[in-house]
Amino acid sequence: MGTKRHFRVWRGDESGGDIQDYDVEVNEGEVVLDIIHRLQATQTPDLACRWNCKAGKCGSCSVEINGKPRLGCMTRMSTFEEDETVTITPLRTFPVIRDLVTDVSFNYEKARETPAFAPPAGVAPGQYRMQQIDVERSQEFRKCIECFLCQNTCHVVRDHEENKEAFSGPRYFIRAAELDMHPLDARDDRKQYAQASQGLGYCNITKCCTEVCPEHIKITDNAIIPMKERVVDRRYDPLVWLGRKIFRRDELESESMAPSVSTGVTGAGDATPFSSARLAEPPPVRDDGKMDVTEVTLPVQGGPSPFGDQEFPLPLDQISYHKPESRD
Amino acid sequence: MTSEQRNTARVERHLYDVVVIGAGGAGLRAAIEARLAGKRTAIISKSLFGKAHTVMAEGGAAAAMGNVNSRDNWMVHFRDTMRGGKFLNNFRMAELHAKEAPERIWELETYGALFDRTKDGKISQRNFGGHEYPRLAHVGDRTGLELIRTLQQKIVSLQQEDFAETGNYDSRIRVFSETTITELLLDGDRVAGAFGYYRESGEFLLLEAPAVILATGGVGRSYKVTSNSWEYTGDGHALALRAGATLINMEFLQFHPTGMVWPPSVKGILVTESVRGDGGVLRNSEGKRFMFDYVPDVFRKQYADTEEEADRWYNDPDNNRRPPELLPRDEVARAINSEVKAGRGTKAGGVLLDVSTRMPAEQITKRLPSMYHQFKELADVDITKEAMEVGPTCHYVMGGVEVEPDSAAAMGTVLGLFAAGEVSGGMHGSNRLGGNSLSDLLVFGKRAGEHAAAYTETLDKKPKVSTKDVEAAVTTALAPLQRQSGENPYGLQQDLQAVMGDLVGIIRREGELADALKRLQELKLRVANVGATGGRRYNPGWHLALDLRNMLIVSECTAKAALEREESRGGHTREDFPQMNPQWRLVNLVCSLGEDGDVHLERKPLPRMRDELIRLFDRTELSKYLTEDEMGQFDQAEGVHIPGARTDAQSKTEAK
Amino acid sequence: MTTTATRPGVGPSGPQRSRAAITAKTLRTDRWWLAPLITFIGLGAWVTYATVRVFMHKWYFVEEFHYLTPFYSPCLTDRCVEGSSLFGTPLPSFWLIPEASFTLPFLLLFRLTCYYYRKAYYRAFWLSPPACAVPDGHEKYSGETRFPLIFQNAHRYAFYAAMIISLINTWDAIIAFRSGDGGFGFGLGNVILVGNVVMLWAYTLSCHSCRHITGGRLKHFSKHPVRYRVWTFVSKLNVRHMQLAWITLGTLALTDFYVMALSAGWFSDLRFIG
Ligand SMILES: Cc1cc2nc3c(=O)[nH]c(=O)nc-3n(C[C@H](O)[C@H](O)[C@H](O)COP(=O)(O)OP(=O)(O)OC[C@H]3O[C@@H](n4cnc5c(N)ncnc54)[C@H](O)[C@@H]3O)c2cc1C
Ligand code: SF4
Ligand code: SF4
Ligand code: FES
Ligand code: FES
Repeated sequence: MGTKRHFRVWRGDESGGDIQDYDVEVNEGEVVLDIIHRLQATQTPDLACRWNCKAGKCGSCSVEINGKPRLGCMTRMSTFEEDETVTITPLRTFPVIRDLVTDVSFNYEKARETPAFAPPAGVAPGQYRMQQIDVERSQEFRKCIECFLCQNTCHVVRDHEENKEAFSGPRYFIRAAELDMHPLDARDDRKQYAQASQGLGYCNITKCCTEVCPEHIKITDNAIIPMKERVVDRRYDPLVWLGRKIFRRDELESESMAPSVSTGVTGAGDATPFSSARLAEPPPVRDDGKMDVTEVTLPVQGGPSPFGDQEFPLPLDQISYHKPESRD
Repeated sequence: MTSEQRNTARVERHLYDVVVIGAGGAGLRAAIEARLAGKRTAIISKSLFGKAHTVMAEGGAAAAMGNVNSRDNWMVHFRDTMRGGKFLNNFRMAELHAKEAPERIWELETYGALFDRTKDGKISQRNFGGHEYPRLAHVGDRTGLELIRTLQQKIVSLQQEDFAETGNYDSRIRVFSETTITELLLDGDRVAGAFGYYRESGEFLLLEAPAVILATGGVGRSYKVTSNSWEYTGDGHALALRAGATLINMEFLQFHPTGMVWPPSVKGILVTESVRGDGGVLRNSEGKRFMFDYVPDVFRKQYADTEEEADRWYNDPDNNRRPPELLPRDEVARAINSEVKAGRGTKAGGVLLDVSTRMPAEQITKRLPSMYHQFKELADVDITKEAMEVGPTCHYVMGGVEVEPDSAAAMGTVLGLFAAGEVSGGMHGSNRLGGNSLSDLLVFGKRAGEHAAAYTETLDKKPKVSTKDVEAAVTTALAPLQRQSGENPYGLQQDLQAVMGDLVGIIRREGELADALKRLQELKLRVANVGATGGRRYNPGWHLALDLRNMLIVSECTAKAALEREESRGGHTREDFPQMNPQWRLVNLVCSLGEDGDVHLERKPLPRMRDELIRLFDRTELSKYLTEDEMGQFDQAEGVHIPGARTDAQSKTEAK
Repeated sequence: MTTTATRPGVGPSGPQRSRAAITAKTLRTDRWWLAPLITFIGLGAWVTYATVRVFMHKWYFVEEFHYLTPFYSPCLTDRCVEGSSLFGTPLPSFWLIPEASFTLPFLLLFRLTCYYYRKAYYRAFWLSPPACAVPDGHEKYSGETRFPLIFQNAHRYAFYAAMIISLINTWDAIIAFRSGDGGFGFGLGNVILVGNVVMLWAYTLSCHSCRHITGGRLKHFSKHPVRYRVWTFVSKLNVRHMQLAWITLGTLALTDFYVMALSAGWFSDLRFIG
């Protein structure tokens, strides 16, 4: 029933790799992820790829198909010509781990830097009242499945690795917009934050993020541009600027971060004081008085390095220590 | 030496107070609680952070907040849950769940969740099968996503607090994503740590912690057709068993009647119940609306017996009886199954679910937008023109780790092990109501976190991991890679799925179950010889080879328990014992693992419901479920009441 | 967080982590270059036409019916043809000074800083990027963070100006309903002028800044029901902003050409009344 079709899949890891050719059977109604699975089951059991839901809900299976960032599970084979070669490559913007799997920790780091929801003071759980029309805008952004296709497509970081430091990317612009439009969020410095710390200004609204978003979130129109406009309100409006100078109001200083607490349902956790961290413990000594095998068989004496698996001597370009020059 | 060989015995060591295995709703909620109780907490997840199975839940989270119908309260919710589970639920868990769910949902709002709203600005609630009042807090059809994202963002916010204080995001709570735990390590009968590998690099890590919370979800991957993802290999169940804990109710699996079966790529993906609620009908390959032949006697009164009457119901529900397509999930699933087995199914092994001939196209796209898109985008099927092909799909496992209801601590011989979410058992009895799972995650996730934190305080000496165990764990984990020419894990998985799907599926028979057990034994031998080609870096073949072991143990539990329970109830249907038997309601089947690695089954009496709770039900209803003896006790308990409580009959009359 | 901080080369700055080695600059197989090419040709042609016309200094007014092309409205130099200037003629006639010197710069600014045109010319002219997942044509990129592009943020002010100019254009269209003898008249020219003005309004109102000002900046729609409705309306228009941007280019050029043709006497207006 199926026909053999031609596929090209990038295989390799951070040390290099290339696009390899495969002929795989394709059946009616299949998606690209099925083909990857068939490859794994028949020809290449170790072909690495991420997936979870197979229904476009989890955002794990992001790859580039014929050069376009797509979800593997949402790209039907019927969208290609019968004799068309389909090329599957990993996301280009992020470091590759192996085959189609990339290291997307960039995104999680940016997520960590984006200030979280600030609950309104004095409103008890259960007392939150919000109107549907007020939450709708933020709800659109909360549809995001974190597939990071937008992050991957955005040319600001895709073509300019050096911008990664300063630029958070569309996913986190919609997060900032979501919170700024949240009817009960207590912080009002989200726009300044987006401008000053997320690199909103790097975006030149070329809309590629919107083009690839599988959730069809209008990232540019509904989040980035409104955020830019909100920034304009505050920053480039000369009247507002003047007012701020005169009245010395600068809202970026209101960093509120009261520690979270929880009331237990049982009281079981109540009596437990904060044990901030476990103290360092020495490596275990075995019953026979010897050190652990895991420490001993290491190539490096003295146990695993906190910096991971290092070769000694360290390559010169990776040493951050500079020998002070003697002054004589 | 290649770097792979060199790394063989290298184990990264981490010290924590509480280790949470699983980053779904239950795991994240537990971790938040443990961190708030002042414990250094680690969260482990097989996939990336925020991608756990919980994202797939659509319908909503059940909590008796009474926002839409003020008559709703925890007692009504409790009653619905018990009824849904055919009274096999652990009553205490059902009680706690019903009582605490609203608080847990409200709490989410303080973390930033945005549920759909009612007119007066409260959380909107929707109707769902088995729930008497509109009760499911929801966000369109992506409630699970909202839930997990909210919890994920709360964790991030806690990390930000820690960063502000300590300068390190990870100082008190850290997420190990794409990390699989393969073994729990014990010190005597106390949990001492968890051992696993980073999927990315294949390197090992050892997390030493006195308390471990299991929140690993379900087991659906052992079935051919399932709505579950690759993660659901029953790891938590197997870890618990190997650590000396026990599993209960493993015979109960929920099969959703309408999963997509064609095209193959989408096999198992859910078609929501509202398709049938809105007029979709089921037909076999001969074009017959077969559900009329499958109305069980107890339901005869409520369900139509002619197509004409059934069709009138959609517009005039008061004067007509419901169409039989709307029978409970298990009935419909069984009917479809019988049709297919009788050779009246489609080529792909399903039946036809048709709305296209029943409604004009615009109405379909308006009433079922997400289904329209799901079929359009995933399957290239236009449901306004064609019928959908559907069949039962394995959806949820009711069984799981037997826990102490208040603390979520695992029973059995082990201390310091907790379980919450789908991996725990008892809460849902023999059948779960839609929407009860998401609230279950929150309620028991929080409880597990809290009690795990408290448990670590009670220890005066930290349990120690023994090196021998670590070495053994390393050897086991590396074994498949040492057998490069061993059997292909994908083939084995398919065989296992075939055994479970065909022989321990929806309808079970004694002969088939016995056969299944025999084949599982054979598979066991083959799994012991499974091999994985390639190296340790992100090698899915190797990962699957390791997961197979867990799937096998759990499948064995299911098959054994299914063979033992000689009745039909909820998610367990025996063709040879088609009736529900009140005697069996008194019994939980408990699995444990013997020294020899074999599954042992034990019968254990169900805890007796407290009198004031049992008084919430009508005598007539109870008499369908309880034995004569129990009814006698019920009559004696007359007079015990919860203030303000109404029985079912009372609240029905008031509703009119 | 696939990686943990204790291992080397993690995070954006990790030295050892590199991207997949893919030699092809883009693997896109579709005709991704078509859209930027069309934009390039379209915008290029229009700008050429407009420049030529603005510095022609003739054929912009049809006195008989009072048709004034939007490219010369309001007419402000000494050279202005009798009856074409509404606000006097404060400017000298010098070939470099366009007749509509007070409006054209703002219109130019408005369209240059328009969020849609920005997308269009960043892609088609600046190749940054030419199409999605196709490499940027430049080594370095700082977006709109510094001079001069930071001035894109002035769009708001250009929008206010554009509103005023739209009013003037509307007035031009209204007073053009006259016949040769000064009474009421109505011809094809009026249809074109009015059509142009309607489209200009649609374009101007669909502006993202407009969407922001009318309601987008609010946190609680429920407390401002009227503004919410206006916002909903503007949002609906806004979805078509790109189309309107192109349509107005078309209607502007068409109006101008029609007026030019009448004024030069290439053909005469089709009159319905008077
Ligand atoms: C399609 C679908 C629709 C549903 N709809 C609803 C609904 O509307 N309402 C409702 O209430 N319920 C619904 N459910 C059920 C509900 O979603 C699940 O029962 C629930 O999400 C389970 O959550 P959990 O926290 O227990 O586990 P999960 O969310 O599944 O998380 C399991 C976690 O454990 C991790 N893990 C597993 N094994 C290991 C290991 N060995 N090492 C490390 N980590 C591990 C996984 O990576 C994952 O992070 C639905 C389920 C499905 C499939
Ligand atoms: S619109 Fe902005 S954020 Fe989106 S892809 Fe383009 S430059 Fe990146
Ligand atoms: S905004 Fe869209 S493209 Fe970006 S991560 Fe979310 S779902 Fe993916
Ligand atoms: S697998 Fe979940 S989005 Fe593709
Ligand atoms: S005119 Fe285009 S955005 Fe303002």
